[in-house]
Amino acid sequence: MSVPAGYYLILAAALFSIGAVGVLIRRSVIVMFMCVELMLNSVNLTLVTFARIQANLDGQVLAFFVIVVAAAEVVVGLALVVNLFRLRASTDADGVGALRA
Amino acid sequence: MTPVLAQATEGGAAELWTFIIVGAVALGSALGLILMRNAVHAALMLVLNFLAIAVLYAVLQAQFLAVIQVIVYAGAIVVLFLFVLMLLGVSREDSLTARVPGQKTMASIVGVLLFVSLAAATAGPFLGDASVCGSEAALEGTGDGEPCLGLAAVNAAEGNLRGVGFLLFTDYVWAFEVTSVLLVIAAIGAIVLGRRREDPAELVEPGSTVLPARPGEDDAAAAPGDGAPDAGAPDAGRPDGRPDAEPSRAEGEERT
Amino acid sequence: MSALAQQLPAGVEIPEIPWAAISPELTLFGAGILVLLLDTAGPRRRTSSVIALAILLGIAALAAIPGGAAPEIVALLVGAGVLQLALTLWLHTRPRLLGAVLTVVALVATIGIAAWQYQAAANGGMVGTESLLADMVAVDGVALFTRFVVAGAGILTVLLGFAYLQDRRIHRGEYYPLLLFTATGMTLLASAADLLMVFLAVEILSLALYVMTGLARRDMASQEGAFKYLLLGAFSSAFLLYGIALVYGATGTTHIATAGVALSDPGTPAGLVFAGIALMLVGFAFKVALVPFHMWTPDVYQGAPTPVTAFMAAATKVAAFAAFLRVFTGGMEQLAWIWVPAVSVLAAITMLVGAALAVVQDDLKRMLGYSAVAHAGYAAIGLVAVSEIGTGATLFYLLAYAIMSLGAFGILTILERRQRKAIAVADLRGLWQSAPSLAVMFALFLLSLAGIPGTVGFIAKFGIVRAAVDAGLVWLAVVLVISSVIAAYFYIRVIVAMFMDDEPAHLADAPVPPASAASTAVSVAAVGVIALGVLPPAVIDLAERAATFAG
Repeated sequence: MSVPAGYYLILAAALFSIGAVGVLIRRSVIVMFMCVELMLNSVNLTLVTFARIQANLDGQVLAFFVIVVAAAEVVVGLALVVNLFRLRASTDADGVGALRA
Repeated sequence: MTPVLAQATEGGAAELWTFIIVGAVALGSALGLILMRNAVHAALMLVLNFLAIAVLYAVLQAQFLAVIQVIVYAGAIVVLFLFVLMLLGVSREDSLTARVPGQKTMASIVGVLLFVSLAAATAGPFLGDASVCGSEAALEGTGDGEPCLGLAAVNAAEGNLRGVGFLLFTDYVWAFEVTSVLLVIAAIGAIVLGRRREDPAELVEPGSTVLPARPGEDDAAAAPGDGAPDAGAPDAGRPDGRPDAEPSRAEGEERT
Repeated sequence: MSALAQQLPAGVEIPEIPWAAISPELTLFGAGILVLLLDTAGPRRRTSSVIALAILLGIAALAAIPGGAAPEIVALLVGAGVLQLALTLWLHTRPRLLGAVLTVVALVATIGIAAWQYQAAANGGMVGTESLLADMVAVDGVALFTRFVVAGAGILTVLLGFAYLQDRRIHRGEYYPLLLFTATGMTLLASAADLLMVFLAVEILSLALYVMTGLARRDMASQEGAFKYLLLGAFSSAFLLYGIALVYGATGTTHIATAGVALSDPGTPAGLVFAGIALMLVGFAFKVALVPFHMWTPDVYQGAPTPVTAFMAAATKVAAFAAFLRVFTGGMEQLAWIWVPAVSVLAAITMLVGAALAVVQDDLKRMLGYSAVAHAGYAAIGLVAVSEIGTGATLFYLLAYAIMSLGAFGILTILERRQRKAIAVADLRGLWQSAPSLAVMFALFLLSLAGIPGTVGFIAKFGIVRAAVDAGLVWLAVVLVISSVIAAYFYIRVIVAMFMDDEPAHLADAPVPPASAASTAVSVAAVGVIALGVLPPAVIDLAERAATFAG
C-alpha cells in the first residue's frame, strides 16, 4: 500500500494553520516572522504534492520561486528588525502598538 | 516504464513509514516553534521542520527542491535568523502571555477551524488509492489510457533536475528574470535599512536649501513616542528665526 | 506532463522574447539600476562611467542597424545615450537631483512607450490582447491603462518628495531606484497573465514599498509601520500563495485564463475551487485593503514618509486592483456566483467601516488612510459588477483616486515641511488666511474625495453607481451613498477648520519654505481634478475601452 496524496495535503494544512496561529499568539517579532516562513513552507509542500498529483513539474518550479521570494523577504525583514531593535531594545511586538488602530 | 511502476508500488510500505515518522517530526517541530519560549530554541525547531519537509520532498519526487530546501532554508535562512537573534541578544525568555485576554484561545480556535476547512477542501478528493498519481480529473487529462505513473515517469525520462531546469528556462524564463528585480531590491533594502551609521551630510544635497532637522530626527536617540498619532496639539518648539535663505536660488534648484 | 515530455527530447523550445511588449518594465528597471550605479559612483567616476555607458549604447545602436532593427529603436538607443550623458554632465555634482531627473525621464519614457503600444494595439499591431512570453505576460487594455496611471503617479511623487526628503534628512540615493523598482513591480502586476507572475510582481512591489516605508530610519513610526507592513504583507502573501497552489492542484496550470476555464469544469473538485478562490480573495483583500483585512493601512500610511504614502495610495491601489480584476473578473467570470457575494459583502463593510473610522481620526494622514480604505470599497463595486462597464468604472475610479490622493497627500507634504511634524485637523485652522492657494486646493481635493459634482470624484462615483445598478446590485449603490454621506462629514470638517476658524493655528505663522516642485505637482493634480470633473468623456472612454483582458 502506498500513501495517498491527501495525507501530505493534510500535513501541509496542519503546518499552515500552526504557522498562522503562531503569528497570532507570539509576541516576539522574530518568532512571528519564523511562523510566516513556516506557512510559506507548508504551501511549498502543497505545491510539491500537487505536482505529483498533476504529474507535471510546474508545481516544483513554483515552489522554487517561492523559496527565492522567501529568502528576499527574510533579508529585508531581518534588516528592519535589526533597525527596530537599535531604536528600541525590545522585541516585544506590543511595543509596536504605539500605532494601534 | 514497468520498472518504474514496480518501484512505485513496492516502495509503498517504506513511503508510508517515512511519511509517518517524518510527518510526526514536522508536526512536532512546528508546534515546538510556536510554543517554545526561547527564540533560539524556536529557530532550531524551524530547522528541524525544514529538514523534515526536505525529506518529504525527496519522497514526493522533488529531489532538486529537497536539496535546495536544505541549502537555502535550513542552511541560509535559519542561519540568518539565528545570526540576528545572537546579534541582538534576545535569546532571553519572552513571555507567552496573551496581548488581549483570550487571544490565545481565539487564535487556537481560528487555527483549528482553518485546519479543518483547509484539510477537508484539499485532501478530500485525494484520499483514495488512485490519488497516488492523480485525481480523476488528472487521469482524464492524460487521456491515452496509460497507467498513471505520477511524476516518476517524468523524472525517469529526463531526471528531476533537468526537467526543472528546462521548465525554468523555457516556460518560466520571464518569471526567472523578474526575480532578479526582487533580489536587487532585497540587497538595496538591506543596505538602506541596515547601514549602521551614516554621514548626515550625505543625506543633504550640497548646494540646496534645507530646513533644520525636525526635533528628534537628527539624533540617534529619537524618543520612542515621537511621531505617535497624538500630534494634535500645536507645538511651539519650532526653532524659529531662521529666515529661509535665498528662496529664488532654491526654487531654481528644485525645478526638475 | 505530456507537453514537457514531448518538449525535452526534441530539444528545448526557447520562447521568443517580445521586446516591444516588455519594454516598459525593462525601461523602468534599467533606469533604476542606472540611477543606483550613478549614485554610488563619485562625481568623477560618475562622469566617466556615463561616458562609457553612452559609448556602449552607441555600439548597441550601430549593431542594431545591420540586425534589422526598426529605425525607431536605433533612434531610441542613441537618444537615451545622449540624454543621460548630457544630464549627468550637467548634474554630476548633484547626485539626488540627477537621480530625480533620470527617474522622471524614465517614467515619461514609460508613458510614451505605453502610448505607442496603445496606438499599435488600436491599429491591430503587435500588442493586442494576446498573451506573450509563454503566456506569462498580457499586454492588454488593463495593463496599458495601469502603466499610464502608475508612471504618472510616479512623476508627481518625485516632484512632491524632493524638498520633503531633504528636510527630513532621508534623501537617500536608493530612494529613486526603489521608486522605479516599485513601478516595475506595478506594471508587471498589471500585465501578469499567470498566477505565478501575480505572486512575484506583488512581492516585488511590496518588498520595495516595505523599504521605502522604513526609509526614515530614526523615526519609530516609520520603522514600526514598515515592519507591520512586512509582517502582514508576508502573512497575506502566504494566503494568496496557498490559493494559487490550490488552483494549480485543481487544474494543473497557473495560467489565469486556462485555469479559470478549468476551474468552472464540473469535474473539478469543488472543495479545491472554493478554498482556492477564498484564499486568493483573502490575499487580494489584504493587498487592496478591504475590511477586515485593512489593519495595516492606517499605520503604514501614517508611518511612511508622506510622498511614499502618496505613491502607495495612488499607484499600489491601481496595480493591485488591476490584478484583482484580471484574476477574478477576467479569469473566473464563470465562477462569479461563488466570489461575487463574498466580495460584495466585503466591499459593503469596507465602505461603511472605512468611512466611520475616518471620522474619529485626528491625524490627517491617518484620516486619509482610512478614507483610502473606504475608497477601496467603492472601487471594488466595479469588480463585482462583472461587466465591461464595471471594469471600466473601476479603472476610471482608480485613476480619479490616484489624482485626488496624490493631491491631498501632496498638500500634506507641503504643510508638513512648514510645520515640521505630523498635521492634525486643528493645525489647519486659519490656513485660508496664511496660504490661500494651498487651502483652496486642499479643499478641492477633499471635495473631490467626497464626490461633490464638478470634480472628478463625482464622475468616478457616478460611473461606479451606474455599473452597480446595471448589474442589479442596487443595495451596494445604496451603501455607497450612505458611506459617502458619512465620509462627507470629515472632509467638510477639515474644510471648515481651514476656512471658518478665526483663531489661526501655529501653522499659520510659519514661513513658507520654497517648494516649487511640490507646488507644481499639486497644481497639476488640481487641474486634473477639475478637468476630468468637467470634461471627462475622453478619459472615461479610454477606461472603458481598456476594459479588456487577454484571453
